[in-house]
Amino acid sequence: MLDYTFHWRPALRALPEMLSGALVTLEIAVLSMILGTIAGVLLALARQSGNRLLSGFATGWIELARNTPALLQVYMAYFGLGSIGIFLDSYLSVLLGIAFNNAGYLAETFRGAMRAIPHTQVRAARSLGMGSAKAFRLIVLPQMFRIAFYPMTNQMVWAILMTSIGVIVGLDTDLTGVTQELNVRTFRTFEYFAIAAVLYYLIAKLVTVSARLMAWRLFRY
Amino acid sequence: MLETNLSWNDILFLLEGTGVTLAITFWAVLGGTVLGIGLGLLRATAPWWLNAPLGAVLDVLRSVPLIIQLVLANSFKSIIGIQASPFVVACVVLSLYTCAYCTEIVRGGILAVPSTTRRAARSLGMTYGQDLANVVFPIALRVSLPSWIGLTLGVMKDTALVLWIGIIELLRASQIIVTRIQEPLFVLAVAGLIYFIIGFPISRLGARLERKWREHD
Repeated sequence: MLDYTFHWRPALRALPEMLSGALVTLEIAVLSMILGTIAGVLLALARQSGNRLLSGFATGWIELARNTPALLQVYMAYFGLGSIGIFLDSYLSVLLGIAFNNAGYLAETFRGAMRAIPHTQVRAARSLGMGSAKAFRLIVLPQMFRIAFYPMTNQMVWAILMTSIGVIVGLDTDLTGVTQELNVRTFRTFEYFAIAAVLYYLIAKLVTVSARLMAWRLFRY
Repeated sequence: MLETNLSWNDILFLLEGTGVTLAITFWAVLGGTVLGIGLGLLRATAPWWLNAPLGAVLDVLRSVPLIIQLVLANSFKSIIGIQASPFVVACVVLSLYTCAYCTEIVRGGILAVPSTTRRAARSLGMTYGQDLANVVFPIALRVSLPSWIGLTLGVMKDTALVLWIGIIELLRASQIIVTRIQEPLFVLAVAGLIYFIIGFPISRLGARLERKWREHD
């Protein structure tokens, strides 16, 4: 019944190539998380600010990022921006698309985390003579990151998994891209993608475990 | 600037794609939820030697990109020689993917019911089944429904990835139109708007339920 023979050896021989693809995947995910975190904090602040224009802009960004597929956001960066004269290569458009997505989700996480910090703490800080920026930086921000740390870890794992859509806009250096390149060259689809799946799983676990260890070191009183 | 070559036929084509997106979402969420409720119950009650491997398998489904799962399932289907359309493959893969999340949601909901409440139900003379149906499920539903709505929304968005195995759903339909009329920004915005129109009310509903039910706690 099974007239298909698995060829694992050539697939395993391509492992170094795929591992370097995994590095690119990790790189995109980390960069998109850094960009997303910065934008997310700004968006969360903008949404809470009294300024109509700012909070409207932030709300629009957050709702767009959360209610449309990540792939559409990457398409927007890749195909959409091209039509107004901004040409991004596939690496940049994947990075920016995922960063846009991350920022939307993280902004909501941060907003929730900021709410969990008692307002009296900020008032205490202000009455000790801190400026509002200083109080935010020294009182709100560290506690906010502590509360948001686990959701951020989840978002990081999501970011890693999301980078795999890069192959659809022609990214050929990340793990899925490299796998697809090997696939079209050899037509050993199942073998290559199975190895890619294992690698993704290992990366995701690695990130989760190291985040746990980091939290244990960082957040003990 | 405001002139466009997008014709009514293109709009209809997009709506057809929307239909495919919604159909896949429906089957995936249906299958995933039914499976998820069963497995969630199992995970909330089973002994550790059954629970741990089950949890690990479901964890794999959550830690491997959906696109890889789709490609794997699609090629595995050809390897073992099953005649199934990509549509069926997409529904099955997305069902399992949904199930992996739904199981955890259901399990969380069931474990959120205080054991004292359950013991009280049993000591009132309810059978195990009655306790489950009349006490555990109603309480668990309140805890899990908001996250379940979020999950449905997530699956709806993730259906966009099935274009990779050759299904023409909303996003792929918009891409086809883009290659013809060369107005990517506009066409993609229309596609995004359709996703948004479907997703936004649902996410609002979820947020409202969550807020409302939290007040009554």
